[in-house]
Amino acid sequence: MRQVALTVNGMRHELELEPRELLVYVLRDRLKLTGTNVGCDTSSCGACTVLVDGESVKSCTVLGVQADGAEITTIEGLAANGSLHPVQQAFHDHHALQCGYCTPGMVMAAVSLIEHGEATSEAAIREGLEGNLCRCTGYHNIVAAVQDAAGAMGRAR
Amino acid sequence: MSTTEAKAAYIGSPVKRREDETLLTGRGTYVDNMAPTGTAHMVVVRSPYAHARVTRIDLDAARKAEGVVAAFSATDLQEDWKAAMPCAWPVTEEMRNPAHYPLTDVARYQGDGVAVVLAESRAQAKDAAELVEIDWEPLVAVVDVGAALDEGAPLAHPDLGTNECYVWRLDTDATGQPIEDAEVVVTRTYYQPRLIPNAIEPRAVLAVPGPSDDVTLYAATQVPHLLRLLAAATLGLSETKVRVVAPDVGGGFGSKLDVYAEDLLAIALARRLDRPVKWTEERSENYLATIHGRDFVTEYTFGATKDGTITHLRARVKAAMGAYLQLVTPGIPLLGAWIYAGPYAIPNYSVEFTGVFTNTTPTDAYRGAGRPEATYVIERTMDALADELEIDRLELRRKNFIKEFPHTLSSGLTVDSGDYEASLDKLLELLDLDAVRSEQAKRRESGAAKQLGVGFSTYHEMCGLAPSRILGAIRYAAGGWEQATIRYLPTGSVQVISGTSPHGQGHETSWAQIVADRLGCDIDVVEVLHGDTSISHAGLDTYGSRSLPVGGVALTFAADKVIEKARQIVAHQLEVAADDLEFADGTFRVKGSPDKEMTLAATAWAAFAAHDLPDGMEPGLEGTAVYDPPNFSWPGGAHAAVVEVDIETGDARLLRYVAVDDVGTVVNPLIVEGQVHGGVTQGISTALYEEGTYDDEGNMQTANLVTYLVPSAAELPSFELARTESPSPTNPLGVKGVGETGTIAAAPAVINAVLDALSHLGVKDIQMPATPERVWRAIQEAKA
Repeated sequence: MRQVALTVNGMRHELELEPRELLVYVLRDRLKLTGTNVGCDTSSCGACTVLVDGESVKSCTVLGVQADGAEITTIEGLAANGSLHPVQQAFHDHHALQCGYCTPGMVMAAVSLIEHGEATSEAAIREGLEGNLCRCTGYHNIVAAVQDAAGAMGRAR
Repeated sequence: MSTTEAKAAYIGSPVKRREDETLLTGRGTYVDNMAPTGTAHMVVVRSPYAHARVTRIDLDAARKAEGVVAAFSATDLQEDWKAAMPCAWPVTEEMRNPAHYPLTDVARYQGDGVAVVLAESRAQAKDAAELVEIDWEPLVAVVDVGAALDEGAPLAHPDLGTNECYVWRLDTDATGQPIEDAEVVVTRTYYQPRLIPNAIEPRAVLAVPGPSDDVTLYAATQVPHLLRLLAAATLGLSETKVRVVAPDVGGGFGSKLDVYAEDLLAIALARRLDRPVKWTEERSENYLATIHGRDFVTEYTFGATKDGTITHLRARVKAAMGAYLQLVTPGIPLLGAWIYAGPYAIPNYSVEFTGVFTNTTPTDAYRGAGRPEATYVIERTMDALADELEIDRLELRRKNFIKEFPHTLSSGLTVDSGDYEASLDKLLELLDLDAVRSEQAKRRESGAAKQLGVGFSTYHEMCGLAPSRILGAIRYAAGGWEQATIRYLPTGSVQVISGTSPHGQGHETSWAQIVADRLGCDIDVVEVLHGDTSISHAGLDTYGSRSLPVGGVALTFAADKVIEKARQIVAHQLEVAADDLEFADGTFRVKGSPDKEMTLAATAWAAFAAHDLPDGMEPGLEGTAVYDPPNFSWPGGAHAAVVEVDIETGDARLLRYVAVDDVGTVVNPLIVEGQVHGGVTQGISTALYEEGTYDDEGNMQTANLVTYLVPSAAELPSFELARTESPSPTNPLGVKGVGETGTIAAAPAVINAVLDALSHLGVKDIQMPATPERVWRAIQEAKA
């Protein structure tokens, strides 16, 4: 077992982890942050995407022990003061989710894309979200939502 | 009595979904998020062989491993099953249905379960499962649906002596003239690949035993009601002792419309061990253990006159069942059986399905179920016939369209409404075909590497499953009705209980729209409950685009019962005749005395207090309706795809997708468009990307998301959608259903576009999916 300290959504946790535990299971099983979903076992679907030190990361590709000392944001940490994050709001406005299972990962990937200034066009958004699979929406409304949110976040800056 | 007037404030308006906030903030209740204290985690040990006998199985080492609670082989649990796994659709009397149980000692497909291990944690269960020792006697496997009926083919079930499951025919020889005598006969053979549904949430179940010999099964399922009934029957339990809850469910597309081994194992083992038992599927496991779709070989023939009047069709279909019959496996081809003429009036109709066993994962309903398989062969052959007759492809379609409604098909069912020409006209307006053709001509002339093609598909489909009498006539075991209850609570809120079970479709929003309009109340006072058999005690669940045209319509009848009861109460209290009351916008008013009025909400209080009700009336304001639709519903439309094909690499890329659908009255355009986007994407993906394959020994070669291509945003364009609207006269809402239209229409449009791009090179056929390799080879073969 290894001693690890993580800050998740602003809260610090000290944990004893098995070296083989994936970050996603640390979040889900140990910290009970079940908003981050698991959709595959090949790091293909992106449902488990979170932000690690501001970077979009598939949390099934990272061991919990590798995240020692990191600042992590999950879908539960995105809405602030009771109001949705602009990306969450845009997903709602544009009907960019159906079953909602890929949604937490998709939203986190979109947040990162926008914050890195990479959501500059429809094509850039489509390329930027390539690592996140959705089986319900055909992406049409997701792309529209991300475009909209990118505009809103740009104006807010 | 005056009629009930609904103001239609909500129906037709793009109300944003009330489901969203929970899901957007990570508070969804998916089954895998639940872990009650004391949960034992189950792992299934699966056959690595497609066909093999277990000659020895030793669970001792697994049982002794750290954290292990128990481990069981097939033999250990045989007494737990009171019946074999259920198949609800014996399509013929003679149909062969080999019994299968949740665990087996003769594996018939790769992934068939042979043992389970339960441990305190999932990781411990997985570790221990590795310690299960099994000696196998591999048997010869049959894999290819096209060859499985050949003389000498290996047998999936040797004791049956054949791989034939059933033969089912529908012949309507209207004119007595054989198809061979038609002036022009065009025959084509198509393979429709095996598809993996890939709901992004894998399956998951959690069985929690209760204190009085009862059990609650939390399941990622589309069908909590069917699952309760069939789990109880299979396990020999009283239905009263089984509660099934479908919490938030992460997509289904048909793959969660089933009773699976793990559902039954979880219940049986939770009862044996007297502690919660949970199983969560891994994605790679999903490719083996969850049903597949399609895997059809179809020979399809049109007979026509030289001027392009289609007089005959004949379909000869070999449909893979996989190794066993799951819930509705044999019925899947039949769901398309009546629409093998497409939206065209064709008098001579002959369809024959042969169900075929192979040592592969069982097939069952995948989005469209039977109707994409029909539409694909029709629309491909329509282009082939047009080319043969040298008639414009769209003109040939127009010439043969059904033009008058209602129209009784030569297959026997009646299409209640439609307007296929209107959809096609609107499609052409959006598409700007002249511009596309001119760009295509330019690229052909210049010999560009990237050639352009445009393809069409005009379709109709039958959904809204289904009139119970028809289901009975075609040997389906259950009915097709749906139940709804509406309760007007004393303080003015409205509780709606629906037997449908959404998993992404937004029923909570759409159902609230329908009820709020009907009752004339604010949408925010309406609560919609579903997906828990202890709350919604009767229903037939969500599949086959049935929820709105059956379950949504049931809501209107339940609302009418509430209004009619309230009318009696108001008439009594205002001392007027019930006939003298008009109901609009949530208020009863006396005709001619508009100041005398009483709201429905006030009536709800009066019904609750029960101080002054008509003699003999029961207190409370609640209505329950069970709606059994008199007909299927019949969406239709016209789709077009514009593709760019790189003739040097074979890469085909979709540039535009234009869809015009007629789904009748639209309750929520936001949700309807979302359904079309998703449906179209799965059809496009069928045409270009997805194919589940096995090697000759039955090893799945595409058993994960790396080797099986589910498209990302980068593979797709934004879509161009429009609608025409011919409301269904069959139901009071005029609705038809929309969940599957896109998947039904899209694949042939895309393949027709790929072929159109290559027609000047002499390419006449490409099988799905049109991968770069297939396209490149087709070009090389045409050159040679």
